[in-house]
Amino acid sequence: MIRLDGVEKTWRTRRGDLVRAVEDVTLHVEPNEFVTLVGPSGCGKSTLLKLVAGLTPATRGAIHVRDQPVREPFADVGFVFQQPVLLPWRSVLDNVLFSAEMLGLEPRQYRKTALDLLELTGLSGFETKYPRELSGGMQQRVAICRALLPDPSLLLMDEPFGALDAMTREEMSLELLRIWEERRKTILFVTHSIPEAILLADRVVVMTPRPGRIARVLDVGLPRPRTMELEFDPRFKAVSDEVRALIFARRVAAR
Amino acid sequence: MIRRRVVAESVVPAATLVGALLVWEAATQAFRIPRFVMPAPSAILAEGWDWRYRFLGHAWVTLYETLGGFALSVIVGVPLAVLIVYSPVLRSAVYPLIVLAQSVPKIAIAPVLLLVLGYGEVPKVIVAFLVAFFPVVVDTATGLAATPPELLDLSRSYRASAFKTFVKVRLPMAMPFFFAGAKVAITLAVIGAVVGEFVGSDKGLGYVILSATSYWKTELAFSSMILLSLMAIVLFGAVALVERVVCPWLAPAGEE
Repeated sequence: MIRLDGVEKTWRTRRGDLVRAVEDVTLHVEPNEFVTLVGPSGCGKSTLLKLVAGLTPATRGAIHVRDQPVREPFADVGFVFQQPVLLPWRSVLDNVLFSAEMLGLEPRQYRKTALDLLELTGLSGFETKYPRELSGGMQQRVAICRALLPDPSLLLMDEPFGALDAMTREEMSLELLRIWEERRKTILFVTHSIPEAILLADRVVVMTPRPGRIARVLDVGLPRPRTMELEFDPRFKAVSDEVRALIFARRVAAR
Repeated sequence: MIRRRVVAESVVPAATLVGALLVWEAATQAFRIPRFVMPAPSAILAEGWDWRYRFLGHAWVTLYETLGGFALSVIVGVPLAVLIVYSPVLRSAVYPLIVLAQSVPKIAIAPVLLLVLGYGEVPKVIVAFLVAFFPVVVDTATGLAATPPELLDLSRSYRASAFKTFVKVRLPMAMPFFFAGAKVAITLAVIGAVVGEFVGSDKGLGYVILSATSYWKTELAFSSMILLSLMAIVLFGAVALVERVVCPWLAPAGEE
């Protein structure tokens, strides 16, 4: 589904310094695979998502999605950010329909789908509300519905639950898994929460900062469907310890 | 609870205003203040009433000078803001000019404008425009630039055209900012129109104030001033009303 080969991204700051955000990233993601990218801030996780989406060109290396080289934004992809970034002047329903509209599709034909998605995410009854009348978690659900509306086969998520409180966060993770079980798609999910990364993923990509590199790709290998109780599973702890070791070992070494 | 809010929001300010007017009235009587120094509210009211028909004509002139200047500030200011936000080159070319235009005291430009454009209403409209356009440009530009970058990325990832993104995302996003600027602009436009009239005119409320003071008719100057303030308040309210109609999502949750 996604093939990154030796991808590097550098840019020049205003002062003219070269910053290497991502270096030598090689990663292959299978169709319908759930892959999480975990690492401290500044390790180029978000840049990697933008590269995959074709929002910014790679300085070096090759990026392919569905065997097509990525040079610009392409069809059949959904994006969810840390902030819901809804349109405050639109109702919840019209916010969900926004993606269809921007894609140049006829929003009326997507009304039913949008209502179904809102029901799936427990937002029935809120269709006519404005975003500011919703809690942060509900707003993020709307943003996820917006991304899911055209039923993309690839979903890119940039710390989508990062701005939520811990309890809502767990709830949302399980909800996302439920949606994913129901309508399979390839998901590339950025987070800085290690438990979240493991709970969700088939494979966890551990990244280290400055420049952003892949330290290791770990197979989670825990059974699905997953529940919160899995966190007490020794296998969960083993993976978690490994991720932690990879991230903190580098930090100590850097000192 | 609701009654208490009504008392706090309307009865208290109204009572304060009436109280202040009564103190004013009493003070002018008690201290025998000459009417040309500080006329009593009753005298101002009486003079205003005498002038009610003549005021209509003068108020009309000032009103359309104001509205003309305001309309011009929107017609010029909003496209200018769009250019500034979309083109870095234009931004660096135009921005200093705008700031320069804003820094020149308008009262100093007014005589020159009258010299160039003549004695009619046009120079007043131009002065009103010059005073009012700055907040429109700056606030609208700020609003257009305030679109979260994620939203722009999202539009790009859907391969929407720049025009579509502008119409569906950036422009509505800037609306509250535009109205913040427009509310300042409308009150400034009143000032601009009056400044224009001060410099040279034979009609308008500014002209009435100027000629009234030169004949020591302070009551008339005061009633004209009050009329001007009322006009500014009503115009401000009108812009605020348009804002509520255009941006209904801004209403606080409790007020729907």
